[in-house]
Amino acid sequence: MGKTNTTIDLVAIGGSAGSLQVIIQMMKHLNTELNVTIIIIVHRKSQPNNILNMLLQQYSNIEVIEIEDKTELEKNKVYLVPADYHLLFEDEFRVSLDSSEKMNYSRPSIDVTFRSAAEIFGERMVGILLSGANADGVEGLHYIKKNGGKAWVQDPETAEVDYMPKQAIHAGEYNLIIKPEDLAAYINEL
Amino acid sequence: MLEPSIVKDDEVEILIKDVYDLYGYDFSDYSRASFKRRINRICLIDKFTSFAELRYTVLNDIDYLKRFVEEITVNVTEMFRDPYFFKELREKILPQLGTYPLIRIWLAGCSTGEEAYSIAILLKEANLYHKSLIYGTDINPSVLETARAGVFPLHQMKLYSENYMLSGGKEDFSKYYIANYDSVRFDKSLQEKLILSTHNLVSDTSFNSFQLIICRNVLIYFDKPLQERVFKLFDDSLENFGYLALGAKETLRFSGINKDYQQVDDQKIWKKIGHY
Repeated sequence: MGKTNTTIDLVAIGGSAGSLQVIIQMMKHLNTELNVTIIIIVHRKSQPNNILNMLLQQYSNIEVIEIEDKTELEKNKVYLVPADYHLLFEDEFRVSLDSSEKMNYSRPSIDVTFRSAAEIFGERMVGILLSGANADGVEGLHYIKKNGGKAWVQDPETAEVDYMPKQAIHAGEYNLIIKPEDLAAYINEL
Repeated sequence: MLEPSIVKDDEVEILIKDVYDLYGYDFSDYSRASFKRRINRICLIDKFTSFAELRYTVLNDIDYLKRFVEEITVNVTEMFRDPYFFKELREKILPQLGTYPLIRIWLAGCSTGEEAYSIAILLKEANLYHKSLIYGTDINPSVLETARAGVFPLHQMKLYSENYMLSGGKEDFSKYYIANYDSVRFDKSLQEKLILSTHNLVSDTSFNSFQLIICRNVLIYFDKPLQERVFKLFDDSLENFGYLALGAKETLRFSGINKDYQQVDDQKIWKKIGHY
């Protein structure tokens, strides 16, 4: 299973088209005493209210927080990267928002956050790439693996849009292929 | 493709010190993660394969400094970005400002001017433009050139037009510009009340008093102590009962000046109540 000898402190989940159902399913089954911080980077349109965190909050007792400027990260919480900003790590607890150019036609870009997290957390993180219609996140998984972290990819067979996980697998940037129904269990074990 | 990781953390510090010692631009209180990413991005775009090359150019080519500052500071902006913010300005804030004989607005970090033109349009449609002055400032002189020209890419107009409508705009957005090949030129009248100037939030002081200060997605690049200094600068520059507007994910909540301000609805707009 997902058990490793190293302590994992961060789980960074990236997804695009078709990833929301997977995330909701995961939320339903997450332990409420996690040893990790979860960060979710999904491509979505900017909206006037924090609709996505309210939606996800319905499925779990773990606090779901949309990141704002200078938000400090804590364990056992789920953080959402806001639409229209990239997220970078200053250190393990402090993050910065960045409204610079889109990467891979995306802001937030999964690559940008994965890479930044990889440089800070090294082997103490897992990057997970879900369903999606572009290749954002694949290069990020590469950096995570290069820095000793783990890369998990949603089984393309189970993905509503399989392009993103297929690209990751094609590039060989993964340690584990997971089905949506197993995702929470893997995270719970970290 | 992600930018390469050429410049290391300690080299970032060296470069920040160089640029300050030589040119007086002080980036030492900028958030490091974003700053480092910008520097590595410059290496990619300008084909520096080592920190030494970049440093040599910055130290020895004074013309390159302009480009360096331009690329280090993020200049991504759009018209009517976060349309609901502009809707709030249109419906709640401008009617209040309308009671003043002269409306002074400061756009701090105005970049290439898209927000300045958006504000000019709002003021026009509120029939307040004739008695308004919009001060647009930025650390970076070259973006102000673009703002002054009022020429923007044609392909952006679809998005801007959508944003404009979501902000409560009732006109045909295309009446504000003339298209010419792949660019558009905004109506000259939208510049009449626009005063553009360089201003460095890190080192420059207050230069006027305003009823509305808008500074969106600038403070996210500053560390907390610098943010606090800038809040103080805004406070010194804002009249009582004036408004301070920040970016969608920025807040006044943790600042020392917060006690003198009241948030307007659930928007990132605060009204200065003052202390008596």
